Amino acid sequence: MVVKVYGPHCASAKRVLVCLIEKEIEFEVVPINVLEGEHKNPEYLKLQPFGTIPVIQDGDYTLYESRAIMRYYAEKYRSQGVELLGKTIEEKGLIEQWLEVEAQNYHPSAYNLTVHVLFPALLADNTPNPKVIEESEAKLVKVLDIYEERLSKSKYLAGDFFSLADISHLPFTDYIVKYMGKEYLIKDRKHVSAWWDDISSRPSWKKVLELYSPPI
Amino acid sequence: MALKIYGLAMSTNTTRAMICLHEKEVDFELVPVNVFASEHKLPPFLNKNPFGLIPVLEDDDLTLFESRAITSYVAEKFKEIGPDLIRHKDIKEASLVKMWTEVESHYYDPAVSPIIYEYFVAPFQGQEPNKTVIETNMEKLKIVLDVYEAKLSTTKYLAGDFYSLADLSHISETHYFMQTPCASMINERIHVKAWWEDISSRPAFQKVVGGMTFGQNDQK
Repeated sequence: MVVKVYGPHCASAKRVLVCLIEKEIEFEVVPINVLEGEHKNPEYLKLQPFGTIPVIQDGDYTLYESRAIMRYYAEKYRSQGVELLGKTIEEKGLIEQWLEVEAQNYHPSAYNLTVHVLFPALLADNTPNPKVIEESEAKLVKVLDIYEERLSKSKYLAGDFFSLADISHLPFTDYIVKYMGKEYLIKDRKHVSAWWDDISSRPSWKKVLELYSPPI
Repeated sequence: MALKIYGLAMSTNTTRAMICLHEKEVDFELVPVNVFASEHKLPPFLNKNPFGLIPVLEDDDLTLFESRAITSYVAEKFKEIGPDLIRHKDIKEASLVKMWTEVESHYYDPAVSPIIYEYFVAPFQGQEPNKTVIETNMEKLKIVLDVYEAKLSTTKYLAGDFYSLADLSHISETHYFMQTPCASMINERIHVKAWWEDISSRPAFQKVVGGMTFGQNDQK
């Protein structure tokens, strides 16, 4: 039986899809129309009670939270595809650290920019808030300065090896670079820009974009 | 060389890491960081965590920041000692632990922390608790706690019928939350309340709870 991924067009689901492709795992997708509120329907809420995307079903096993799903598949299929969890416990610790950094420090600002600039229909009042946009960008600038320093010392975030921590950044950074007129945030930083070019040119990411491009 | 945790005894994130270390019976030294003097925003601390946040773990030549990465590392490194916090023998259980830790991180903590801030930290800055912030976050928390109540009516702990890192991750912020007027949100949900009483009575938490004070006992 093949794993089903719900909501492939959404950014967070794409973390999971990239991970599955890197690990050479077959999957199916179940599209969810977020703009029509399908993720708040009772059938979806039975799978994911918080009404957010994605959720996976693998036989009778259901899992949500994209970063938890990535960790599950990267661990379960450790022996096939690309190694995404490092080689030692210490490397895994650093991957966990940078996954947390992405979740706590990068994502909230990147998410706010995405929703307010690109998808204001998802907001309660349908209206982008310029103050939120300004503050989110200011916070992201500080975080990216730290990334620039880090990536001047190692090729990828957790070390000189590609990992889940890098994958986690792909979907929302893609929005920032392509659709908002804010690509300078990435492109003006030499090492962040090189890292972005590297990870976004991986065949797994190109495939995900080709198949499940966001509705812009 | 013993492990070192750089942080503060009253910090939710520092205590999250310390509770885990106690559960795993790991010797460590707490190295206080004077956040009130902005020590965490200056070198040499910035060399340990460029984001200028506590806690930081030092284990020989490994330096780790982000409390949930620290607990994950400690629980894995010492998986054969003490309670099995990560269910390392069963990958499905292990991933449910990670899922509920993500839930704590993305839904629970963001609703609870602003409420704690308004009742504990704002007064230190001479401000009254902001009613709008509190009400907005109570509404978010209500949705989360309803999900928790439903889940905890089917299993004893969040990831299953076993205590795990997912439950541990909630303890520090909930401890402060239960000292605010919003504690009724926990108390009026019988399964959440029972779960809270269980996880907060664990000896590992009792070892850190004494340091978790903003000096509120000194206030009238």
